[in-house]
Amino acid sequence: MKKTIAFVTLISGLLAIGAPADAKEIRIGLITPLSGDVKTFGESVRNAFDIAVSEANAAGGVAGMKIVPVVVDDRNDPTEAANAANLLINQHRVKAIVGSVTSKTTIPVSDVAQTYRIPTITGTATNPKVTVADGRRKDYMFRACYTDSFQGTVMAKFSRETLKAKAAAVLYDASNDYSKGIAEVFRNTFARLGGRVVSYESYGKDDVDFSALLTKIKAAKADVLFLPDYYNKVGLIAKQVSEKGLRVTLVGPDGWDSPELVKVAGKAIEGGYFSNHYSPEDTRPEVVNWVKKYRARHGKTPDALASLGYDASNLLFDAIRKAGSDDPAKIRKALATIKGFKGVTGRFTIDKNGDPIKSAVIIRIENGKQKFLRVVNP
Amino acid sequence: MDYFLQQTINGLQIGFVYALIALGYTMVYGVVRLINFAHGDVFMVGAFIGLYAIDRGRLPLPVVFAAAIVGCALLAVVIERVAYRPLRDAPKIAVLITAIGVSFFLEYFTSLNQVFGPNYYSFPRPFEVVSWEIGEVTVTNIQAIIFAVTLSCLVALQYVVYRTKAGKAMRAVSHDHVAAGLMGVNVNLVITFTFGLGAALAGAGGVLYGIAYPQVNTFMGFVPGLKAFTAAVLGGIGSIPGAVLGALIMGQAETMTSAYLSSTYRDGIAFLILILVLLWRPTGIMGSPRADKV
Repeated sequence: MKKTIAFVTLISGLLAIGAPADAKEIRIGLITPLSGDVKTFGESVRNAFDIAVSEANAAGGVAGMKIVPVVVDDRNDPTEAANAANLLINQHRVKAIVGSVTSKTTIPVSDVAQTYRIPTITGTATNPKVTVADGRRKDYMFRACYTDSFQGTVMAKFSRETLKAKAAAVLYDASNDYSKGIAEVFRNTFARLGGRVVSYESYGKDDVDFSALLTKIKAAKADVLFLPDYYNKVGLIAKQVSEKGLRVTLVGPDGWDSPELVKVAGKAIEGGYFSNHYSPEDTRPEVVNWVKKYRARHGKTPDALASLGYDASNLLFDAIRKAGSDDPAKIRKALATIKGFKGVTGRFTIDKNGDPIKSAVIIRIENGKQKFLRVVNP
Repeated sequence: MDYFLQQTINGLQIGFVYALIALGYTMVYGVVRLINFAHGDVFMVGAFIGLYAIDRGRLPLPVVFAAAIVGCALLAVVIERVAYRPLRDAPKIAVLITAIGVSFFLEYFTSLNQVFGPNYYSFPRPFEVVSWEIGEVTVTNIQAIIFAVTLSCLVALQYVVYRTKAGKAMRAVSHDHVAAGLMGVNVNLVITFTFGLGAALAGAGGVLYGIAYPQVNTFMGFVPGLKAFTAAVLGGIGSIPGAVLGALIMGQAETMTSAYLSSTYRDGIAFLILILVLLWRPTGIMGSPRADKV
């Protein structure tokens, strides 16, 4: 036993020598899918994180410390994401994490971060379980986006009141927390507003044939079809919707936000509506500046994921500045008390659950392009 | 009634897609007694060859099919030579595990950036989709092509197995490969031929699948492979018409469950049917009982 202790002490002594002793650096991890089914999401967030880090370092770092970024790919796989969080915390010794991108990967990340007490902020994971699970607040978790319940409510209201839909159908991925969460809120809100949900059906992650469900929805005579999923699956479903001759308006959440959607779905997605976090057509100075910066560096217009990734990174850096230290507990405290932070995607005030209170925008797909329709306040 | 008819056609489409893959499983099993778990992944490679041939090569459709068929057949021959032949006399379980290993190898190796890459790619349609409305029922040209290709493959296979010399050799090896070898049948050649033929079907199936569901990725073969394997077992593994029958039953069971009950029960009901049929006929619907030689 004594020998073991001596050995452990020796090893930790060696590790301490090997670890970055320079107090002028702070390691910050980024977990993001750089390959797999939502690759464009991950790349946008990485680009945004890069810009935020180089800006902060150019301005002399945060609280006198230079940021050393460590980026890990999670392939949008929950197991990979948990591994990535463990790797960042235990091997790279990061003091804070930005990530991950989707809810199904961020929920496992949140459990790891909570265990090791490392403040983590996701730009884009909208499922409520990211910050609160079973009524328990995960106090080291924060996010820069609104939650699914807000998104589901906004789109249900929009379908019922603006599109004047009487009957809605919902088709969701039963294996995806994000998809399931929004579907439930949409169904409840739509029914509460006096609409009928005529069809509420699910599919599995690997399904590619939706003909049985779409035939069923056609027979149920729905006016709108709500598709809470990511662009790849939505594109595939939209194509089959038009092949089956359904006449419905397609409506969805922020998972639609990718140039790939129009590539996969083509004409089938025309006239669809989805809720998003921001629009590059907005004229606030924060948005105009950001769009210019991103275009100059990456040669394209930033999507909502990039903008949220940028806001999440800056919220974290702001908290480190306020904390004036690389102590994870102090950073966490500073994050929890952010008020009126002016970001690209709106004004941030973090509530008691670590979620921001902010507005949404609705986008329409016209001629294969995203067209800004309106802002919806909470 | 229209609703029922439309759902039946939907089910036929899925069923015929499963059937093309199931035929490959059942043929290899029939001759070598090996459940070739890598079959679904060969199917995936077929879809990718189709993608490249259409997208980069801009080749006409028959050439695209030919490329996928030849490419997959060659791949299967290599797999058989490298992974399965050295284990010909090893215990069955060793070969089975090797097959699973080959499957994982194909999925992860092809998902490297230097090979196909880990992303989802949209599959360009070589022709426009045309839907015909017959009353309230819609049929598309894609469905017509799937039905036609699967049925011609079934007929061609039946012909090869029961009417040609190669088929006779295959049946002989299936019956007893030692005795067949003693009678002068080149057992290795027959087995290679069987793998190649099964993979050729998977190649054609991959291209069809890409056209019908225009999105491909390197893990796309896993689920259809599993479903088709189940279909082959249901129909009686080793039996060629059985594979098609099993696949059509699977397709209808899935579609009808989604149509009349709930999509949540879909896979549950499909596998329940499998269990019930196996309890009633352990060899599957059209499988022939075979006594194990001791």
